[in-house]
Amino acid sequence: MSQTLFDKLWNAHIVQAETEQAPALLYVDLHLIHEVTSPQAFAELAARGLKVRCPERTVATMDHSTPTWAADLQGQRRYASEQAWEQVRTLMENCDRHGITLHDWDSPNRGVVHVMAPELGLTRPGMTIVCGDSHTSTHGAFGALAFGIGTSEVGHVLASQCLLQRKPKTMRIRVEGELGPGVTAKDLVLHVIGKVGVDAGTGHVIEFAGSAIRALDMEGRMTVCNMAIEAGARAGLIAPDQTTVDWLRGRAHCPQGEAFERAAVEWLALASDTDARFDRDVLVEADEIAPSITYGTHPGMVVAIDQAVPHAADATAARALDYMQVEPGKPLLGRKIDVVFVGSCTNARLGDLRSAAEIMRGRRVAQGVRMLVVPGSEQVRKAAEAEGLDQVFRDAGAEWREPGCSMCIAMNGDRVAPGQTAVSTSNRNFEGRQGPGSRTFLASPATAAACAVAGHIADPRRLDGEPEVHIHFPAPRHMEARP
Amino acid sequence: MKPLRQLSSKTLVLDQDNIDTDQIIPARFLTTTSRDGLAAAAFADWRFDEQGRPKADSPLNAPTAQTCEILVAGDNFGCGSSREHAVWALMQFGFRVVISAKIADIFRANALKNGLLAIEVDRDTQRWLLAHPGAELNIDVTECRLDLPGNGAGTELWSVTFELDPFARTCLLEGVDALGYLLAQSDAIAEFEQRREAA
Repeated sequence: MSQTLFDKLWNAHIVQAETEQAPALLYVDLHLIHEVTSPQAFAELAARGLKVRCPERTVATMDHSTPTWAADLQGQRRYASEQAWEQVRTLMENCDRHGITLHDWDSPNRGVVHVMAPELGLTRPGMTIVCGDSHTSTHGAFGALAFGIGTSEVGHVLASQCLLQRKPKTMRIRVEGELGPGVTAKDLVLHVIGKVGVDAGTGHVIEFAGSAIRALDMEGRMTVCNMAIEAGARAGLIAPDQTTVDWLRGRAHCPQGEAFERAAVEWLALASDTDARFDRDVLVEADEIAPSITYGTHPGMVVAIDQAVPHAADATAARALDYMQVEPGKPLLGRKIDVVFVGSCTNARLGDLRSAAEIMRGRRVAQGVRMLVVPGSEQVRKAAEAEGLDQVFRDAGAEWREPGCSMCIAMNGDRVAPGQTAVSTSNRNFEGRQGPGSRTFLASPATAAACAVAGHIADPRRLDGEPEVHIHFPAPRHMEARP
Repeated sequence: MKPLRQLSSKTLVLDQDNIDTDQIIPARFLTTTSRDGLAAAAFADWRFDEQGRPKADSPLNAPTAQTCEILVAGDNFGCGSSREHAVWALMQFGFRVVISAKIADIFRANALKNGLLAIEVDRDTQRWLLAHPGAELNIDVTECRLDLPGNGAGTELWSVTFELDPFARTCLLEGVDALGYLLAQSDAIAEFEQRREAA
């Protein structure tokens, strides 16, 4: 019988098939952990006198509560609170106690968990990967079954390397055709979520397919799968192909030489069979997609950047427009902004930074706007610095920070102030997500950079010579003087 | 985990779709290393203003709010982040049951692992519940049945059934979590590992 990519991944990891009475027992190949969702799980293990079953299948990083300021001359870091430091210290102790590899401050590989694991080749096609973080769907870009879990399940995996799961349904979203100039993977996924809805994927695993998906590089594919959860699906998937294989070749944790080529043959065989059936099938035309931006308080409230914001269809939507202070019937272009954030597990990889830097080069962040650029990992940071991207951002008046989740989740002290408007390359525009009272407009790195330069919401395709974009070139100021 | 077999309580209604876990517990409360002490963080930005004063118009601040053990909400409740803190905060606030027509996957999984019954009802039942805050409901977990009061004089009490995974139901009824069951499968897990190693 023909199988989907999901079926193949699922079947290869079943320890015990599901019955009416009990869910399937699913084996986990890689368990990624971080400081926020693991301490209570380790405490549970300690309370029951249990060990970590497979420390070698567990990898830790610290990203959510960590400051993005560089350490001071004494090596001290400015944590948001004593409790935040306590949380990071607890992770260090737990990893030490259980023999788990932790990429901490000294590691050249530390980073946002969904950026650093693929970089290291820890994420590979055919695997099952979980993490106490909903954006674990990112790793599905490699043809791995990857999804977010809660802290109880983190405990389950630590203790048993397995999860109890009911088999989800499958949904395929095909994006056919070519993306237009200036249209990125972020625009694609925002458009798709707007089209299918924020709960369309509930109970499903989404496989993204079609020519526009195959044309994306691995970074773009990670951006797309990252936001599968914003369509309600715990996992997103993209079939491994030559792009996947080429990206993985030579990565630290990948097999090397002959073994790699043998593995690659297996990876390429994971693709859904041509006659495989999905529970739901959705077709999206790539040429319908423009640079996209959200206008409401969930990622499905999205429009093409030059398109009018729709009128509220119900009370929930009306509340969202009111919260965002958005006027329906008009495009968002020209809306004044206070903050621009380029970062997060969605858009903080090298290509994202290049795309933003291309717009920033030789320009300045508009007066009154604060721009924060936070690379996704130490590797991204070093690569960006090697090609001078940090200097481009600094010269433009943006803040260049150290890797972490930063203003995406706003629990490390990096936040948007109450009432402020932010254009962000992250994944969630929920009320208060970037700080109490903050208003978030989600967009691509290119759009975010264009907005930073203009000082208001702007179309990255019409940066120069258009009347609606005012580019200020104020006298250079020192970073310390910025708010 | 505290068993949950039967419960009768008034409802608290939050008539809004897509209530995400950032609303249920804002991220700044997540630096804790404990499961406890989260009652005050539940819906913190809905309940308190920037100065920490209770907002008068929030149903969550009504004098009876913390005695309501049943939360009724719009669609896609619990979407967003996987933070189990959302479940802990709701339970510490006083809820044992969440009812919606659609509940997000990760939230639901987290809820059932902690003894918070998260159930989906049909559209009509949800609409009725949203329109009748404070309705006195009876929930029978053994029978997966929800009893609703009449619509006023002369109308009979009515019931709907809900779906609940048999495994989660057993855990709720017996007050046990799944970890014990998982550990009991360790031979099967070891066999699986050996089989793969050999392949």
